[in-house]
Amino acid sequence: MQLSSVVNRFGWGERGGELPREASRDWLAGQLQGPDAARFTGVGDTADGLIALRTQRQEKMQGDPLVKPIFLAEVATQLDTLLLTEQPFRERLAWFWFNHFTVSLRQGGTRGVVGAYMREAIRPHVTGRFVDMLLAVMRHPAMLMYLDNASSIGPDSPVGRKSHKGLNENLARECLELHTVSPAAGYSQADVTAFAAVLTGWGIDMRADRPGFAFRDKAHEPGAKTVMGQVFPEGEEGGVQALHFLGTHPATYRHIATQLVGHFISDTPAPRDVARIVAVLQASGGDLGAAALALADLPDAARPGGKFRSPMDYATAVMRALSLGGAPSRPDDPHAPAHILFAAFAGLGQPLWTAPLPNGWSDRAADWSAPADLLARTDWAWRMAAHVRAGDPLEIAHAALGPALRQPTVLAMRQAGSRQDALALLFSSPEFQRR
Amino acid sequence: MMIRRRSALLGLAASWTCGRSSLALAGSGGGPDDPRFVVIILRGALDGLAAVTPYGDPDIVAHRQGLLLPQPGQEGGLLDLGGFYGLHPALAGMHELYGAGQMLPIHAVAGHYRSRSHFEAQDYLESGADQRLDNGWLNRAVAALPGQGRRPDGYGLAMGLSVPLLLRGSAHIGTYAPAASQHPDPALYQQIASLNAADPLTGPAFRDGLKARGFSDSLMEGAPAASRPADGHKPDPFSVLSTAAGQMLAAPQGPRVAALEIGGWDTHAGQVGRLKGPLGQLDRGVQALREALGAEWRRTIVLAMTEFGRTVRMNGTGGTDHGTATVAFLLGGAVAGGRVGGTWPGLRSDQLFENRDLAPTTDLRAVAAGVLRDHLGVPHGALARVFPGTTGETVRGLVRVA
Repeated sequence: MQLSSVVNRFGWGERGGELPREASRDWLAGQLQGPDAARFTGVGDTADGLIALRTQRQEKMQGDPLVKPIFLAEVATQLDTLLLTEQPFRERLAWFWFNHFTVSLRQGGTRGVVGAYMREAIRPHVTGRFVDMLLAVMRHPAMLMYLDNASSIGPDSPVGRKSHKGLNENLARECLELHTVSPAAGYSQADVTAFAAVLTGWGIDMRADRPGFAFRDKAHEPGAKTVMGQVFPEGEEGGVQALHFLGTHPATYRHIATQLVGHFISDTPAPRDVARIVAVLQASGGDLGAAALALADLPDAARPGGKFRSPMDYATAVMRALSLGGAPSRPDDPHAPAHILFAAFAGLGQPLWTAPLPNGWSDRAADWSAPADLLARTDWAWRMAAHVRAGDPLEIAHAALGPALRQPTVLAMRQAGSRQDALALLFSSPEFQRR
Repeated sequence: MMIRRRSALLGLAASWTCGRSSLALAGSGGGPDDPRFVVIILRGALDGLAAVTPYGDPDIVAHRQGLLLPQPGQEGGLLDLGGFYGLHPALAGMHELYGAGQMLPIHAVAGHYRSRSHFEAQDYLESGADQRLDNGWLNRAVAALPGQGRRPDGYGLAMGLSVPLLLRGSAHIGTYAPAASQHPDPALYQQIASLNAADPLTGPAFRDGLKARGFSDSLMEGAPAASRPADGHKPDPFSVLSTAAGQMLAAPQGPRVAALEIGGWDTHAGQVGRLKGPLGQLDRGVQALREALGAEWRRTIVLAMTEFGRTVRMNGTGGTDHGTATVAFLLGGAVAGGRVGGTWPGLRSDQLFENRDLAPTTDLRAVAAGVLRDHLGVPHGALARVFPGTTGETVRGLVRVA
């Protein structure tokens, strides 16, 4: 396996000529076997975000004065990690799974907790079991707020009878369709409604000293429910059982295997590749670390440039290739590296934690390669390249792309009139658009 | 206004533009009098019963009292559409168009699918087929038009960074997004284009992008700024794109078909408050399109459509869940408007689709096909290719007869 192509496909782009020394599979495996090395500074937990939100509401504050600093601190520390990580494979997996379980700032008022959601519900399970990540996600206030479950009420529950309020089936539907079994499993509207009833009561206690997940018995729809032919008992336990059923379902393994292969290998996943990952998930009880490593063993894994970079991929790879970032980004400094990257995601069409809909961002080239898309990339990369005052652009090019660097790109860079133009050519080359 | 003069680029662009323009002039037919067609995709499922409320239906109060606005004439009330329906007050500009006979809401429309998944439904809405395709009905319609290949920037135009499925396919489609103020000089762009020339994906994208940018910038020279909301806030991105689309569609050699999109419709909770924002944006965007099109507005039809409607009954959280039939809007000087189209299915529980949704009575594809044939001039025989699985059914009488 060519190490540089693995670094690009499975990571976030080569950073400043620091190619690892070991064989590529060992390099990938090493990142998953050890603990998560990321250290996040200047941030608290979900309860802190909810307290900020609660205080803003109680005091009727305008302009998000307590939530905004929390959000900016999350952006600073998490994007610093993206720029500097020495576990880029683990980091890519974390962002992949965040996108699978998308929480978007577009609705639900999750600005104060979305960063904590990534750190608390997604990251700890990236090399663990899928069903554990599913449970952590479904109990996390960010998801319960984003997809409205915190306010879903069993119509025959005590609260429902008194207030004439009822179900909100948003989270139940998206959990079936996007997070677990997918429509291929053939569930019905009745299954969606029943699963929504199972999940009633899964909410947030905003009044607690440390606000967070709470099962609200009085809002829970009484009685057993049947989802996809399985009967689940009343109570919180019914939801846990239903999520265990869904999180280990063969259709779920097929769905997530297809998405993994689609993200890492090809826009059009080959059935044999998907089958290979499904087999690993089945045999391991949904071990996501094992599934991730199995991706590296697929026949096309070492072929360079199999995937077109999304805007997030692209901007991160440019900044890593330029070795930008280093000292921790200050949350209130718009010129800090993390905030430059944050602005780039938005400018190139993929604003951080702001997917349009609950299915997250697309993983397909066709969605990111429109003419205006590519011009925006070139314009931005050209402006970034202006920051580079030293170093040989061709060295950066070789480090970033290895053998994938094409001769026409080298020639064009050699003839460029300035360091900035040479780098703009590198970042506008077809090979740099891919990982 | 985000769109800036880009005179530095014009040298590069003008040659391409002129080259293609002269080709266009040499062809027969087509010209400034061509009909204009704009599709606005409302992503996320607009609640048709909130946008165009059948306040005259005796059953609506029982289903959704908590979502209903006051009747027409009362403070903050609906804007009347002929005594049975009322338009949401955030759509005041569109109500004026209704009064001028230039708006035609069509109620209880749905696509041919019964999926309540946003993602499947949007794919079907845009592909117009019974299965998922990788190309869209508007692209196939453009491909069926005689002379569509002569436009400098394509006959069709996608507004924004990416091309929606609706416009993907074999017909050449331009894209337009406002550019940043600083950018490389034309010579470097030319090198970048040739560096990518052989690449099947990035080659055409760079080529078309530079051509489109030069072409649209030449149109944008001296163009008036986007209409500003009365409150003095800067125009929202949808209005900016609408203005740009209108200006390009109005240009003698500009595209004739464009697609825009706007989100924010997925109102599972707190719907009454949440809907005002996106409805207001839509209203201002339509206004911006009309202003930018100027005299060409009379040749224009805008279709605003969404993937499905929402439940008739309010859910437990002051919102609505995914449903089936909803409303579609036709707007423009070429619309035979000033009335509400469609067949009202009623709201008694036994009249609802699966006892929860507004029952569909009009196929959205037949509405689109009616506009494509009677307005854009897509040959009738091509409609079954534009909408595979149909026999080319059309709703008649959507277009004003001159």
